Amino acid sequence: MKPSVPAFLRKGRTRKGSDKPHEKAIGFLLLLCALVSVGTTISIILVLVNDGIFNFVGEKAFFQQVSLKQFLFDSKWLPDSPEPRFGIWPLVNGTFMVSGIACMIGVPLGLCSAVYLSEYAGPAERSVLKPVLELLAGVPTVVYGYFGLVFVTPYVLKPLFETLLGFEVDTFNVASGGIVVGIMVTPMVASMSEDVLRSVPRSLRDASYALGGTQFDVSMRVVVPAALSGILASVLLAFARAIGETMAVTIACGTFRRIGVNPFESMQTMTGFIVDASFGEDDAQGIVVKSAFAVALSLFLITLTINVISQMILRRYREVYE
Amino acid sequence: MNFRLCFALMLGSLIGCSVESANNGGDVGENAVGSAKRIVADGSSTVGPITGLVGEMFEELHSDVEVPVTITGTGTGFGRFAAGEIDINDASRRIKDSEKAKCEEGNIEYVELMVAMDGISVVVNKDNDFIDSITVAQLKKMWEPDSTVKKWKDIDPTWPDEDIKLFGPGRESGTFDYFTKAINGEEGATRDDYSSSGDDNQLVTGVSGDKYALGYFGYGYYEMSKDKLKLLKVSSTDDPAAGVAPSPEVIQSGAYAPLARPVFIYVNKASLKRPEVAEFLTFYLGEGQEAIPKVGCVKMSAKDLEAANAALAEALK
Repeated sequence: MKPSVPAFLRKGRTRKGSDKPHEKAIGFLLLLCALVSVGTTISIILVLVNDGIFNFVGEKAFFQQVSLKQFLFDSKWLPDSPEPRFGIWPLVNGTFMVSGIACMIGVPLGLCSAVYLSEYAGPAERSVLKPVLELLAGVPTVVYGYFGLVFVTPYVLKPLFETLLGFEVDTFNVASGGIVVGIMVTPMVASMSEDVLRSVPRSLRDASYALGGTQFDVSMRVVVPAALSGILASVLLAFARAIGETMAVTIACGTFRRIGVNPFESMQTMTGFIVDASFGEDDAQGIVVKSAFAVALSLFLITLTINVISQMILRRYREVYE
Repeated sequence: MNFRLCFALMLGSLIGCSVESANNGGDVGENAVGSAKRIVADGSSTVGPITGLVGEMFEELHSDVEVPVTITGTGTGFGRFAAGEIDINDASRRIKDSEKAKCEEGNIEYVELMVAMDGISVVVNKDNDFIDSITVAQLKKMWEPDSTVKKWKDIDPTWPDEDIKLFGPGRESGTFDYFTKAINGEEGATRDDYSSSGDDNQLVTGVSGDKYALGYFGYGYYEMSKDKLKLLKVSSTDDPAAGVAPSPEVIQSGAYAPLARPVFIYVNKASLKRPEVAEFLTFYLGEGQEAIPKVGCVKMSAKDLEAANAALAEALK
């Protein structure tokens, strides 16, 4: 279906129209809307810095009260204890456990869906599958959280790992959170990977079919490798999304802060702690709130780094075919 | 792009936003102090359900008054109370000196009213078949700071060789303060490696989902989830058999020692001048008391109720 081109575009685009006052006003209005997002980002960074690193206004920031050394090298996170300790690692441990499990679930599922959609599915299948996948992306995360707590843990993990294999599965555990977050990022991996798979030039497929490749050979040995950097970028973005996921993990993973690799134990994530800190606060314990900003700052830096890396990978990918 | 469509979309999203913010305002009750006919309460998760139900009953009788009640924990509530953000703070313990100082700083004068009794309930999973009763000393061994107890058999060799999963409220909670004082001897002293949550329902979920779990919270939350939990008798002596299981009778009489305690509301004196607040409090200590057993909590004795009413009358003079 080709959209009809509006009249003012057919004449060729000039900037003449923008001299008219109402055009200017519209342009200004649109610019304002665009600036809101920029302004919000800047405000967030300012707030994080103000409460995390250096106070321009208000009480002393977190890192003016707690040394970076303790933050990075202490092994316990007890911000509200009478003898507080601020080692970020238990929270980072929880976050990466959840995100790791999420990627182990979400990446294969998303990638296989993408290959199917791009290489195998006909228009009819696509027209059903794509909206359903997108629907999955629209489910509120709090619903995923309860799904993890009241379905995945008691009806999937406990029978499978506790009854059958003898592991002990806690009510709140990292695995259930990871699994639901994995399901959550599946549509993201699928749709981004599908885009890059479809942008692999037709000629590559034709050439490999001409050499006698089966559909599987073509998909897995030619198209996927050709789109690998784009796929990798989508995986990284999914990972970043999983790291930032909050509601589902707060509900499913519990509040136990520990360093460990047992997926069937409760672990608090960085986002989970931020929720915790904003819910209740002891009197005279302003440091708890400040510590949440420090955690948020770390989270921001982690996701920013991942986003930048995935952008770099994507850009490199574009250079190959353009 | 069709500009008219674009404009319609923008307008639509704006309306969406304003509806949303109106909803939020209703829930949080921000800046509500001083505004007409809203009595804003926050604080303890133990007392919150009582104030909530009393508020609903009161709203039914007075359609022009709203009583929004939120639950953030006694400590957090006192913070907001001292800042003048709320009219009433639900408190499952008495006000601390540091909180008194904050109220003074904020020029907040207040009245303390005892409203009910609670017995902090120690619960285990309903499938737990090896324990019915626990002594204060055993609880201390389990919960004291730097406790090395990991497994049930570390406390009693006849108990199983399984990890104890501990669930308890967070530090913002008055229940936490009271429990740590009564069991560990010092307010706020506790081991730190347990699952804490300000949401008692999450503690219920945690204990009910794990055969080897143990947790504590207000009696009301046990009453509400009786079928999922097993209540333990608590003994203040070294003999577990002398334990007492919390019930409305023993909590009211104080025989459920040392975990029976009075719970309070703290009312801003400035708010007391508003007639609807005065009327609400009179209702709270009168007909409103019927709400207490309905949310699973325990009424105070006739003598205590009389004293509370006298305190209210004094404050209203």
